Amino acid sequence: MAEPRIIIVGAGPAGTRAAEACVQAGIRPIVLDEGRRDGGQIYRRQPDNFTRPYAKLYGTEAPRAQALHETFDGLKDRIDYRAETLVWNIADGHVRTATRTMESALPFDALLLCTGATDRLMPVKGWQFAGSYSLGGAQVALKSQAVSIGHKVVFMGSGPLLYLVASQYVQAGADVVAVLDTAPYSARIKALPDLLAVPSVLWNGVALTLALKRAGVMVRNSVKPLEILGNAEDGVSGIRFRVGDGAEQTIACDAVAMGHHLRPETQLADLARCAFAFDPVTRQWLPERDGDGRSSVAGVYLAGDGAKILGARSAEASGRLTALAALGDLGLPVDKGEMASLRGDVGTYAKFARGLATAFPWPAEQAGTLPDEAILCRCEGVTAGDLRAVMQETGAKEANRAKAFSRVGMGRCQGRYCGLAAAELIAAQADIPVEQVGRLRGQAPVKPLNISIGDTDA
Amino acid sequence: MSAASDVIIVGGGLMGSSAALFLRGHGLSVTLLETDLIGRQASGTNFGNVRRQGRPIHQLPLANRAIDIWRRSRELLGADVEYLQSGHIRVCYRERPELVGSMEEYADKARAEGLDLELLSGNALRDKFPFFGPDVLAGSYSATDGHANPRLAAPAFARAAERLGAVIHEHTQIIDAQKIGEDFVVSAADGRTFRAPILLVTAGAWGNALSSQFGEPVPIVPRGPNMSVTEPVPYAILPAVGVMTPVEEETVYFRQVARGNIVLGGSTRGPSFPDQYRAYVEPQNTVSQLKHIRRLAPALGKLNIIRVWSGIEGYLPDSQPVMGPSATTSGLYYAFGFSGSGFQIGPGVGETMAEIIAKGATDIPIAPYTISRFATG
Repeated sequence: MAEPRIIIVGAGPAGTRAAEACVQAGIRPIVLDEGRRDGGQIYRRQPDNFTRPYAKLYGTEAPRAQALHETFDGLKDRIDYRAETLVWNIADGHVRTATRTMESALPFDALLLCTGATDRLMPVKGWQFAGSYSLGGAQVALKSQAVSIGHKVVFMGSGPLLYLVASQYVQAGADVVAVLDTAPYSARIKALPDLLAVPSVLWNGVALTLALKRAGVMVRNSVKPLEILGNAEDGVSGIRFRVGDGAEQTIACDAVAMGHHLRPETQLADLARCAFAFDPVTRQWLPERDGDGRSSVAGVYLAGDGAKILGARSAEASGRLTALAALGDLGLPVDKGEMASLRGDVGTYAKFARGLATAFPWPAEQAGTLPDEAILCRCEGVTAGDLRAVMQETGAKEANRAKAFSRVGMGRCQGRYCGLAAAELIAAQADIPVEQVGRLRGQAPVKPLNISIGDTDA
Repeated sequence: MSAASDVIIVGGGLMGSSAALFLRGHGLSVTLLETDLIGRQASGTNFGNVRRQGRPIHQLPLANRAIDIWRRSRELLGADVEYLQSGHIRVCYRERPELVGSMEEYADKARAEGLDLELLSGNALRDKFPFFGPDVLAGSYSATDGHANPRLAAPAFARAAERLGAVIHEHTQIIDAQKIGEDFVVSAADGRTFRAPILLVTAGAWGNALSSQFGEPVPIVPRGPNMSVTEPVPYAILPAVGVMTPVEEETVYFRQVARGNIVLGGSTRGPSFPDQYRAYVEPQNTVSQLKHIRRLAPALGKLNIIRVWSGIEGYLPDSQPVMGPSATTSGLYYAFGFSGSGFQIGPGVGETMAEIIAKGATDIPIAPYTISRFATG
């Protein structure tokens, strides 16, 4: 029998541990990575000629980052690693890739999607001005290029990344003006029982907040963002918000990093025709999978934050578990006891993740009250008022229908950054549950694809 | 208990929606039934060419009727369907010089039908349209053709029809139609029934399922258009552009919308699945399309595509639709199977079908489209 063809998409914590399990089973998997180097987002590696130490780059997670990178380095000769490679489509048992203008069709027996996450964003009036970044983007600037997104930076939104990135900026010497958390402090208390599932991570989070306060950073809870001030020429100049029902406040700044925790990158699962289900806790549509990561499509497996946001530690466990499931399905011997233990680990992290979702809730109501003049879809320049007017005129209240008529989610990002907020706005406007709005259908290419693709002379 | 009207239309694409609007203009009550949502398949996913040139000469009167409707669409519909009369150009490549003769011959015949085409050769073409690559030999330019937005068109016709009193039921899948006495009784999957003395089938790729129930099967094949769109760039390309060639893979076309995106189409059609209500773009077809787009307009190679899509179209073997009365059943009419070429003529089809139904006749030649051409024995 020929060696099974296993393709792993992504080289973050899930993809790395999945590749490791394959290699240990004697298989040489193909690992496809959009990044220039392995590590993914959370353990993103700095360029070769940068020399910052692990402790400085990854803080409390330095040992994990280092272990993961060393594992990957050890695998390099035993895997087919293709960096800077976009998976732009999946069809008929083949993954279609683009590396610059080179196009390839790669057949697979098992496809492990370890696609990771991107920021979940809630639009705020003015978020299109230069100087507005996602939390993840702000972190990439720091981790990869050792630069700050501005001179005076405000962090706004919710979720663990809010505090993590803000503290990383403080440590790097940036002027962090404020951390504005939309979640009420009481939500964290409510979430404690679940958060205690992983006490060390909970403690890290508490320590980050304390460190921020010690550094003199203004930290506010129950924030209602009103507007990112600025103009198209000069970019961001400040931020206007309220704390609870208090008076409006304005803070001067030249950059804002925003985000509300994360959302899984599920487009490839969609193109692979996996079934999706609505998750009421996070108010997101997630690809269905069994406890070991099998999707609804035979031969397609899902692991890590690309399937559901459970965090980097869980991603390592689920990456390995899912690879073992795939190897077992391909008829290779796997350690059932290890799989049971990994399932237990993933379950513990799932409890913690539920706690995070409770502690840092997605402020769905903010979409419904977005002022008409606020831009909702930045790619296409569609305002909240445009979408409401289209709904009024056409009666559209399904996500894809609203997109067809209004262009919301029709641009370069295919709704990855505005789609969740647009769905909440539609739900609020139509007075229906957000799950009834549905989800935007994924369409290839998952990222912009050069027309010169396949041109060998280019 | 069935809902009754003068006319039932099954199929809420551009044909059915525009027929509903014009039937209301004749004072007939209309019930329009759509399995899914108005205009979501062939009508909503096609390229958006509002192109007369290249159609069979016998179809130009219908196309002319349609262009008249497109021109007044904003007033007629109370909505902007992004119709731009910005021209259309068909070109041929150097290795097929014989096509220049075909273009000339077509232009002569088209002129007699009121369609003026300007033939441009060699560098004259590139002077006027500098984006063409060196392989382009000659072109036929129609200043009065153009393009519109398929996503918006059929729904806008349906809303206009609804404002005039047409009753529209979306999410209504029709599984059975019979003539009982003087009336057609049309049944939905959920048990609802609808009744009318006249039935118009505008069900696209699904048309055969109904025509077969009246003893008139047609050899329709479902396919899907191969579409892509680029990121927006400054608006600079006015006409819609297409390639004239006998080789399907070379048959690509593009147009730029006012927003700036360039819509690309053609090369090879993909599979579509009417039973699952899905159509997929085959990755290989995207790759092939982009290759031929680069040949047609090399500068487009610098852009990115941001999305591909397809939809369900119904193709008949002679690429001509079924349009006109049934040959077996009085009161039954068809307009489906437009074989990937229905968008431009769509509103003309609606107006013509409404005229046939309301007045019993039309001056528009429809003989080539009779369903009896597929009758066996």
